[in-house]
Amino acid sequence: MSAEVLPYTVKPHPVSGLYSGKMGIWLFLASEVMLFGALFSTYIFLRVGDPAWPSHEETHLSIPIGTINTLILITSSITMVMAWASCKMNNIAKAKMWLTVTAGLALAFLVLKFSLEYYPKIQHGNVPSKSTFYAIYFTMTGLHALHIIGGVAVIAYFIGPGAKLWKTDPEYYTNRIECTGLYWHFVDLVWIFLFPVFYLL
Amino acid sequence: MSGDHHPELSFWRKYIFSIDHKVIGVQYAVTALVFLMVGFSLIMIMRYQMAYPGQSIPVLGNLLGSDESAYIAADGSMLPEGYNAFGAMHGTIMIFLGVVPLAVGGFGNYVMPLQIGAPDMSFPRLNMASYWVFFVGGVIMLASFFVTGGSANSGWTSYPPLSDIANEGGHYFWNGQTMWLLGMVFLITSSLLGSINFIVTIIHLRAPGLTFFRLPFFVWAQFITAFLLLLAFPPLEAAGVLQLMDRLFDTSFFMPSGLIVGGQILDQYSGGGNPLLWQHLFWFLAHPEVYVLILPAMGIVGDVIANNIRKPLWGYNTLVYSSIFLGFMSFVVWAHHMFITGMGTTLSAFFAATTMIISVPSVIILTCFLISLWGGAIRYTVPMLFALSFLPMFAIGGLTGLPLGLPASDIFLHDTYYVIGHFHYVVAPGTVMALFAGIYYWFPKVTGRSMSKTLGLLHFWPSFICMNAVFMPMFFVGLAGVSRRLWSQEEYELGALTMGWVRMSSWGAWGLGVAQIPFIINFFISIRGKKVDQNPWQATTLEWAAPSPPPHGNFEVTPVVHRGPYEYSVPGHKNDFSPQHISEA
Repeated sequence: MSAEVLPYTVKPHPVSGLYSGKMGIWLFLASEVMLFGALFSTYIFLRVGDPAWPSHEETHLSIPIGTINTLILITSSITMVMAWASCKMNNIAKAKMWLTVTAGLALAFLVLKFSLEYYPKIQHGNVPSKSTFYAIYFTMTGLHALHIIGGVAVIAYFIGPGAKLWKTDPEYYTNRIECTGLYWHFVDLVWIFLFPVFYLL
Repeated sequence: MSGDHHPELSFWRKYIFSIDHKVIGVQYAVTALVFLMVGFSLIMIMRYQMAYPGQSIPVLGNLLGSDESAYIAADGSMLPEGYNAFGAMHGTIMIFLGVVPLAVGGFGNYVMPLQIGAPDMSFPRLNMASYWVFFVGGVIMLASFFVTGGSANSGWTSYPPLSDIANEGGHYFWNGQTMWLLGMVFLITSSLLGSINFIVTIIHLRAPGLTFFRLPFFVWAQFITAFLLLLAFPPLEAAGVLQLMDRLFDTSFFMPSGLIVGGQILDQYSGGGNPLLWQHLFWFLAHPEVYVLILPAMGIVGDVIANNIRKPLWGYNTLVYSSIFLGFMSFVVWAHHMFITGMGTTLSAFFAATTMIISVPSVIILTCFLISLWGGAIRYTVPMLFALSFLPMFAIGGLTGLPLGLPASDIFLHDTYYVIGHFHYVVAPGTVMALFAGIYYWFPKVTGRSMSKTLGLLHFWPSFICMNAVFMPMFFVGLAGVSRRLWSQEEYELGALTMGWVRMSSWGAWGLGVAQIPFIINFFISIRGKKVDQNPWQATTLEWAAPSPPPHGNFEVTPVVHRGPYEYSVPGHKNDFSPQHISEA
């Protein structure tokens, strides 16, 4: 099929220094910056325009849980890099191990988020329709959680059926792990912005 | 790129779920042409209500529904709900399902890889996904006509708070406005996949020797367009998500406190939001979107003009730099759509200034095309006629935009028919005429057959006259102060005075509909028409170096580029055209 004969699918382009997939993922991340940028702008717009914006005490957001989740995501970024490094060092077993750890940390983030944050809030009636604060809080963290779920699905694919590519073209597989990693770091970075904006400011 | 060793593909893989950029381009183009016809039909029906308010629509009136659940028409005449629904969907379909998919998905996909000498797009599977996601979005939009309460009816801009509470009589989820938002999410995803593919392909897959400043202007236009799609659409996606939250979970992103609708306070909403937020996010997309509509058209016009004047385009570098500047500036002009919202004079002054600045590169581009004609041996082929008509039509559209870009005059003209006249001059006699030029120009490449010139002329002249008959009167109606959203303007003293112009517009629109018949006939009979060789227009760019139609993999040998895109009538060369891939003159 033509996908395999196209140049720069695996090897980097001499001028741009990137293989096509890597340039593609960077462009995708640029559009993601615009997506979350629009939502952060929305947050600013709503907060500046609302004299009754809730103070930290009124929002009932738990800084300890937020901090733990931040640490979990930063760790998962490190384990993601370890997975890529293991691929580079030709050790697929170790790469799969690190990918599993990354997915596990992501799931831990989601479990904490849903059981200790979303669920009690909804129990107490602090639902999105209660105020614009909860509206933007649930929308942005919810969209971020969707990105995490998407990332876990991709990582699971590369642990499972996607790993077959390693046998035929290890470099191609390594590249795909690198792209997944770039996406994963971006999702992590979004949380690094979400945490201070909602929990600390 | 060995084009020789391909296993025979099944029908489904070859024509339906194909990953060949040419098949995908044709799929996009045909789907978009059908959607253009659908969107145009909606307005042809609406124009009867505008010209003859309350009278029953001939032929179609009773088909549009006469039972109690019908929302479009009753007793053969159009209802206000149906008028609003058709108006909203006309705009949505024409822009997001018609012109952009044809200009970018169709021409971009088919022609751009050929013009850069590539075997395919960088991500062929992503390309296929992009088409099918677009298709699903289109089906959702069309399906919304048939749900309870009808399709979206809050205008193509979907301004809240109206759109937040619109169509609430229907199903909780499957109602017009919610489906509109869902459809938009699909269309945005599709254009995201497409734009990433375009940018990577243009950067990575150019043939050897094809430097950036040897690219045909059409490729430059697609390149800049792709960046606009990539960066401008996500904020609308964000806005769409927020409006979905408002509609499905009763959040108040766009709902101010204490809003009273129909005498009742809407107390399921907490309030605290701001309808202007939507306008900012929407126009942050929709102004760059204007340049998404116009840049590929300029690209087509550039290629067609250079080919038919038999000399290089005047000021190629200027064209390229102006287009890049246009692309940048298009991100900082959006609030000129919002002068009368009370956002303050400081902001208005800023956006008025940027709007005046962005008109400069547009004028430079147009001037380059115009000067190019000087001293050329012009061939009046059908594509050339369409391309030539683009120049004055786009000029009228652009110049009438200046009074809208200045707050003082915009306060009077805002939301009148003048605005409709202005942007339709840009998009309909402007972009759509350029797209027709593209169809006539590249048809021989896609099919290996030429289109009939007689039918082409029968298509061009009536279309050209009718386009002006439709849109020119709108300036007069608008200057008289008539609002653009009236179901029956005759009821108002002001509106009644301009009914003559309105009827002229309507007859122009129906004439324009009739004028498309020669095109449709031409399109279908030419598929079996006269065979042509691979370069019937004697053009220089790379797509004409491939066989017509190009096989899977495009080129027998990867072309090597030796010269710029428009080397026509070079002194000392034996022909009046010097193709990019041939080294000896």
